[in-house]
Amino acid sequence: APCPQWPYCRKRCSYCSFNTYVVPAVNEAALRACLVREAQTLLHLSQVHSVTSVFFGGGTPSLASPCTVAAVLEAVAGATHLPAGAEVTLEANPSSTSTSRLAGFRAAGVNRVSIGVQSLDDTELRMLGREHTAAEARKAVEVARGLFPGRTSIDLLFGLPRQSQDAWAKRLEAALRLCDDHISLYQLTLEQGTALAGQVRGGALPAPSQDLLADMYQTARTVLVAASFRHYEVSNFARKGALSTHNLSYWQADQYIGVGPGAHGRFMLRGEGGCSREARVQTLEPVAWMQEVQKHGHGTRSRVVLSLLEQLEELLTLGLRTDEGITHERWGHFSPQLSLQAVFGEQGEARVLQQEGWLVLDSGGLRCTWAGLAVLDSLLPDLLRQLQRA
Amino acid sequence: QEKLDMSTYPVESIRNFSIIAHVDHGKSTLADRLLEITGTISKTDRNKQVLDKLQVERERGITVKAQSASLFYNHEGINYLLNLIDTPGHVDFSYEVSRSLSACQGVILVVDANEGIQAQTVANFYLAFEAQLSIIPVINKIDLKNADPERVEKQIEKLFDIPTDECIRISAKQGTNVEKVLQKVIEKIPPPQCNTADPLKALVFDSTFDHYRGVIANIALFGGEIAKGQKIVSAHTKRRYEVNEVGILTPNEQPTHKLYAGQVGYLIAGMKEVTEAQIGDTLFLYKQPVEPLPGFKSAKPMVFAGMYPIDQTEYNNLKSALERLTLNDSSVTVHRDSSLALGAGWRLGFLGLLHMEVFNQRLEQEYNMSVILTAPTVPYKAVLSSAKLIKEYGKDQITIINPAQFPDKLSVSEYLEPTVFGTIVTPHEYIGKIITLCQDRRAVQKDMLYIDENRVMLKYLFPLNEIVVDFYDALKSLSSGYASFDYEDAGYQSADLIKMDILLNGNPVEELATIIHRDKAHAAGKLLCERLKETIPRQLFEIAIQAAIGKKIIARETLKAYRKNVVAKCYGGDITRRMKLLKRQAEGKRLMRKIGNVEVPRDAFIRVLKRETDK
Repeated sequence: APCPQWPYCRKRCSYCSFNTYVVPAVNEAALRACLVREAQTLLHLSQVHSVTSVFFGGGTPSLASPCTVAAVLEAVAGATHLPAGAEVTLEANPSSTSTSRLAGFRAAGVNRVSIGVQSLDDTELRMLGREHTAAEARKAVEVARGLFPGRTSIDLLFGLPRQSQDAWAKRLEAALRLCDDHISLYQLTLEQGTALAGQVRGGALPAPSQDLLADMYQTARTVLVAASFRHYEVSNFARKGALSTHNLSYWQADQYIGVGPGAHGRFMLRGEGGCSREARVQTLEPVAWMQEVQKHGHGTRSRVVLSLLEQLEELLTLGLRTDEGITHERWGHFSPQLSLQAVFGEQGEARVLQQEGWLVLDSGGLRCTWAGLAVLDSLLPDLLRQLQRA
Repeated sequence: QEKLDMSTYPVESIRNFSIIAHVDHGKSTLADRLLEITGTISKTDRNKQVLDKLQVERERGITVKAQSASLFYNHEGINYLLNLIDTPGHVDFSYEVSRSLSACQGVILVVDANEGIQAQTVANFYLAFEAQLSIIPVINKIDLKNADPERVEKQIEKLFDIPTDECIRISAKQGTNVEKVLQKVIEKIPPPQCNTADPLKALVFDSTFDHYRGVIANIALFGGEIAKGQKIVSAHTKRRYEVNEVGILTPNEQPTHKLYAGQVGYLIAGMKEVTEAQIGDTLFLYKQPVEPLPGFKSAKPMVFAGMYPIDQTEYNNLKSALERLTLNDSSVTVHRDSSLALGAGWRLGFLGLLHMEVFNQRLEQEYNMSVILTAPTVPYKAVLSSAKLIKEYGKDQITIINPAQFPDKLSVSEYLEPTVFGTIVTPHEYIGKIITLCQDRRAVQKDMLYIDENRVMLKYLFPLNEIVVDFYDALKSLSSGYASFDYEDAGYQSADLIKMDILLNGNPVEELATIIHRDKAHAAGKLLCERLKETIPRQLFEIAIQAAIGKKIIARETLKAYRKNVVAKCYGGDITRRMKLLKRQAEGKRLMRKIGNVEVPRDAFIRVLKRETDK
C-alpha cells in the first residue's frame, strides 16, 4: 500500500506538527519526477505483487495538480499490479476543492476523498489557523459527495480550548447532517512547538480538562453509533461498510510503502533477498530528499529491521485500537510458534484487565471492550510487559 | 621563593583592621581598591572581588570564607604594614566575623549611600563596638543616582552616636576618596598592644585545606613570634605540631622568616584536618602555655536537613564528596541517618539556610553531585511499660529514630521529645510577630527583658523538631533580618507523640510514616496528602489518599480515575514514536512500587519528602 506524501501547505495550522513546509513556489515537475522515481524503486525493492490501496497524504495533497497524482498512479501500476477496485484516497483541504479540481483528481484515478473540515464553527476555525470558513467546508463536502458518493470522509477535531460540551454536541449534529459515510474524529492534541500549544502554555488559552475531554469522546461515540456508524477504530467511524482500507492496513500491520519527504513505511525487501520487515523513514526536507532520489533512486533516511518482538509489539499496539482487535489468524501470521492464547491467556496482566472489564480474549481474538478502548494507553504498558516476558 | 623579613615592621607601624557592612554595600569592592592603591595587586579592570576565591563566592557575589591580605603603604615617610581581614557579610557567619574582629583593633564600617543602615550594619556594628574597636564610618556608592550621604550620616549619628564629620564619602567602584580611607586607618586605628618579648599567643581566625600542604591556618599574633621549626600546641585540641612554614597573604601566600606580635598571616604545621585548627582557637609554644583567647566556641548548627544520594548506587561517591567538602568547612555537623524511602544518608547541620545552599551548590559544582534534601529526623524517646518490649530491648527507655520502631501507646508510659533553650534578640517592633511564631512552634516563654531602649531578649523552651527545618528563616524573614537566634540543648520533655500513617486505598505506605506531635498532625497530614496527589499519576480507578492516626483518618485527598487515555492519531509516522513512548512507560512500570493496586513511581516519595527550598 503506497503512501505518497505531498509535503507542502499554503500555511501552517496552529496545531500542526507534521513534516510540512510553506514555500513561495513549488517545483512541481521536479517533485513529481522524484515521487515517481522513488515509488518505482521502492516497489521494486519490495517485490510486492499487488497493491490494495494508495493514500495521498502530506501536507496538503490537494495543492498538487491532478497530473502529479496521475503520474504516481501510473508509476505504481507500472511497477506492480494495481487492481481496478483498489482504494485510492486523496486528502483535501476545503480551500483547494473546487468541483473542477476534484473532478480532475477523479479522472486521474482517485476514488475516495478525505476532507479536512476540522470544525464547522468559524471562530474555532480561526483559532485553529485554518484557511477556510465553515461555509466553504460545507460546500467542499457537498462537492466531494457529488463526485465520490459513499467514498467521502471528513475529519473533525474536538476538545478545543474554550469548547464546551454543548458546543461540541452542536458540532456533532451539524456534522451528521453534512457527512457521508465515514468520519474521523480526533481529540485535539497540543503538540510541543506548535503555536496553539504555546498559547495554552502561556495562559492565553485555557486547556480543556481531562474529564471534559472524556465526556466529549463518550458523547461522540454514543451519538455516532446511534446514527448507524460503526466505531471501528479509536478515532474512526464508518457506516454502510465504508471503512478505510488503507488505514486498516496500518492497524493490522500490513505492508505499506512511504514515498516522499518524511514518509514512513513498513515492508520487507524481498527484492534484496531479505525477509525481514523493516521500519523505514524517508528524508524529511524536500530539497535534500529530491537530491537523494535523483542520485540513488530513493531518499531513505533510515531503515531498521524489526525483530519479531518489535513486530508483535506494533501489532498489539495498533490492533487493539480497532473494534475487532487482533484475530488469532492475524497474530499467527507473525508468530506461528507463540499463539495469542499462550502469551495472554495464562495468569498475568491480560487476565487481570479482562476481569476488570477492559479486555476480551476469546475465540475471536484479543480486543478492547467499549470502556477499554477509551483508556487503551493505560492498558498497553502492562500488555507489552507481558508480551516481552513470553 | 625568597622569604620576606617581617622584622622591619615594628608594632607601632602595624594596623590590623577589618571591613564590615551589610550584604552588597561594597565591602569586597573597597577591599579590591585598597589592594590596588597599595600596589598589592596591579590596577586592572579585572580586579573584582579579588579576595573571593571560591567559585560559589564569585558567582553569588558573596564572601563565604574570610581571607586576609597584608598591604604595605607609605604615609608621610613611614612604611606601614596594614593587615586587612575580609569578613563574611552574611548573618549565618556572625561567629566567624566576631573571631576575625578579635584580631583587629579597628574596623571600616561601610554603609550604602542609598540603602542606609541595614540589619547587618547594626549587627556588625555591635560586634565591633562590644569588642571595643575603633570604628571608621564610610559611606559608599556616592556615584549612584539615588545616593543620599547626608541622610545616612544622620542615621549613623543617631544610631551609633558617631559624629557626622567623621564619615568619609567614597565610591569604591570608581576609587573616589579611597586613599583618604587608608590614611584614616593609619591615623585613627591604634597599633596592636602586644610585645614580641612575650610568649607566643596566636589566634586562629580561619583555616583552609590544601591537598598538597595540608591545613593552612590564618593567624593573628597577640604576643611573641613564630617561625619554622618551632613546636606549637592547640589550646582546644591540646595537640602538638611542628611549624613548617609561616608567611603573610598578599593575598596569595608569601612565606616569611618569622611572624611577630601584632602581625597577621598564615601557618602550616602538619595539621591534616581543619578541625585541628578551629576558628577561635589559641596556639602557643610547647611548654609555654598561655591563657587562651576568650570567645572560642564550637559552631552551632541552626538548620538541619537530611541528605541522600539520588540513587543508592551513588552512596559511596556522596560519602567521599561530603568528607572532602567538610575538610574545608568545620562548621557543618554530620551524622549518619537512614530513611525507608531513600535508603542510607546523613543528617547535616548548617549555620543557616545560606550556609546549606552554598554547601549544596559546592557539592554540585566542585564534586558534581546532585542530592536529595529532606526534612530531618530528631531522636525521640519512649519510656516502655510493656515487660515484653523491655526484655526485647534490654532497657526501659529507647530512642526512636525510625517511625517503624515507634512503640504503641499501650506499651509506653511516656513519650519524650528533645528540647532546646532558645534566645532571641530583636528590635522591639517585631516582638508581636515573633511571639506568635514561637507559640505556633509549641514553644513556652521563659523570659522577656529589654536589653536597651530598642532591643528585647526573649527566652523560650522549644521542642527541637519545631526549629530544625525552617524556624530560623521564618524568624529572619519576619524581622527583616534584624532578630538573632541562639540555642542550647535542654534535655527531653514529655510529649503527646503519635505515629501518622499515609494510606493509599487503605494500604499503608511505610516510607511516608512520620512521628509527630498530635497537635501538628492534621496540618502535616493534609500537606502530605496534597503533595502525593500531585505526584502520583492517575490510574484506571479512583485513589483515596489518606493520613491516619491508628484507625482515625485525619486528612484525605482523592485522585480521580482516568476516563480517557488513548492517543487520537496513530498512522504511519506516529507509530514509531508511539512505540518508543509506550515501551518507556512499560519499562517505567517495572520500576514502580505497587501499594495494594496503586502504582507509585519511585521518585514520588522523594518529591513528597523533599524539603521546600523555594523560599
